Amino acid sequence: MKPAPFGYVRAGSLDEALDALRQHGPEARIVAGGQSLMPMLNMRLTKPAMLVDVMRIAALQEPRLEKGALVVPAGVRQAILLERPRLADDLPLLAAALPWVGHLQTRARGTLCGSVAHADPSAEIPLCLVALEGEVRLRSRRKARRVAAEAFFTGMMVTEKADDEMIEAIAYPLRRRDTGYAFAEVGRRHGDFAIVACAAVVDGTRMRLAIGGVADRPTARDFPRLDGSALDDALNAFAWDLAAGDDLHATARYRRDLVRSLGRRVLEDAARVAKGETDREDPPCRS
Amino acid sequence: MPQLDAKGRHMVAFTLNGRPATVEVETRTLLTDALRHGLGATGTHVGCEHGVCGACTISIDGVPARACLTLAVGIEGCAIRTVEGLAPEPGRLGILQAAFRRRHALQCGFCTAGILMSLDAYLARRPSPSRREITEVIGGHLCRCTGYAPIIEAALEAAAELRGEGPAPAPWENAHA
Ligand SMILES: Cc1cc2nc3c(=O)[nH]c(=O)nc-3n(C[C@@H](O)[C@H](O)[C@H](O)COP(=O)(O)OP(=O)(O)OC[C@H]3O[C@@H](n4cnc5c(N)ncnc54)[C@H](O)[C@@H]3O)c2cc1C
Ligand code: FES
Ligand code: FES
Repeated sequence: MKPAPFGYVRAGSLDEALDALRQHGPEARIVAGGQSLMPMLNMRLTKPAMLVDVMRIAALQEPRLEKGALVVPAGVRQAILLERPRLADDLPLLAAALPWVGHLQTRARGTLCGSVAHADPSAEIPLCLVALEGEVRLRSRRKARRVAAEAFFTGMMVTEKADDEMIEAIAYPLRRRDTGYAFAEVGRRHGDFAIVACAAVVDGTRMRLAIGGVADRPTARDFPRLDGSALDDALNAFAWDLAAGDDLHATARYRRDLVRSLGRRVLEDAARVAKGETDREDPPCRS
Repeated sequence: MPQLDAKGRHMVAFTLNGRPATVEVETRTLLTDALRHGLGATGTHVGCEHGVCGACTISIDGVPARACLTLAVGIEGCAIRTVEGLAPEPGRLGILQAAFRRRHALQCGFCTAGILMSLDAYLARRPSPSRREITEVIGGHLCRCTGYAPIIEAALEAAAELRGEGPAPAPWENAHA
């Protein structure tokens, strides 16, 4: 199908984009990589009156290091970040998860901020942001504010972002010393949305597990360092608390099972990495 | 800041396979339709119109992209490459196309233009891809005919030829080796 008619603004600067959002309010939508919005427009699941293209804003193109975090502005495409030479050192979790986001052909266009704004509950980029306790930097003509990732996602494709705000950037805290990171997901095929995606962060005292694809938003829980049946029990409780549902792709029971088994595996992998042992997976194609 | 209204028609200028091109579109016109209906470049196919099948894949400024998820008004000033740009001259196939033909990497051909464009963009940046990388590139496409194996063979063979290593003989050519 084809999209319903809309007006189109190609913003040349952040201010121009924010002016357009203020002027058109809830009728306006940002278009970034278009990899989630365009299918929705083509299927007429959404009919905004005005699209604001933010991909020509020069100031939003470059990722940068800032006080222990990698700041990724709205114009950065997934493939560009994946090619960043130090990504696996700075952000091993994101480097492991990004190749699972769609396909090479969608990563070449899709942005990281667009994925966060879209807030699909099984998306990998928001999941990593929650796992790493990153933040979302919002800006409107009224004000700029920073929201912790865990507070940003408020439901199925619903976020803290107001209609006149855009995500100017997201910030991922860099790898910490003596900390291990691991990611795994199960989907129908590589490139499909995850049925369950797991991201783990483990250091000497804490195990943090973030789960995508089960609850209505990416959800993390912190555990003390556990193993054996204590870890099984903790994971089982977490799996039930996520209130999984049945859908076309998997049953709630299968999803809970994945939280227990895949969740345990990524926690163990991350614990091994924290101890200085290397990951057991060979790295997927970097592009 | 260019602002284009919903109902009007707008000129978009870009380069298509190295030549300047302009096309008149609505803001909502997809790049697939601008190419096919606006310019008559029907080599780019349309399967699903939601980014899944890969039939419409082209390259924008050297990277592969779904034309069905691209607004024509968004490509102002970009360098677009489509399957029409692969052959060196009418009646001759490009190296990748010739490898597809040798290896039987297509049957109905519906998916082929998109796959060729993904591979063309990938090989330009990574001349020595592994089989695993090629498999991953092809993973962004659906082909209902070939079962993918001959496509991967053709891509690896074309990569070798593009590196100057010459095409590997087809299986039946070294039956006596
Ligand atoms: C075949 C296919 C497979 C895919 N598989 C996966 C997958 O496995 N995992 C996954 O996570 N994703 C997947 N995706 C979606 C992913 O590719 C998108 O890139 C991503 O979800 C959205 O990023 P975008 O830049 O394309 O955003 P767009 O599509 O341009 O926008 C998406 C939404 O975010 C809003 N938006 C965008 N940028 C901003 C901003 N800076 N501030 C405020 N709002 C903004 C838009 O208004 C829109 O509502 C897939 C897509 C396709 C087509
Ligand atoms: S037509 Fe574009 S991906 Fe199917
Ligand atoms: S050759 Fe028929 S779909 Fe691929």
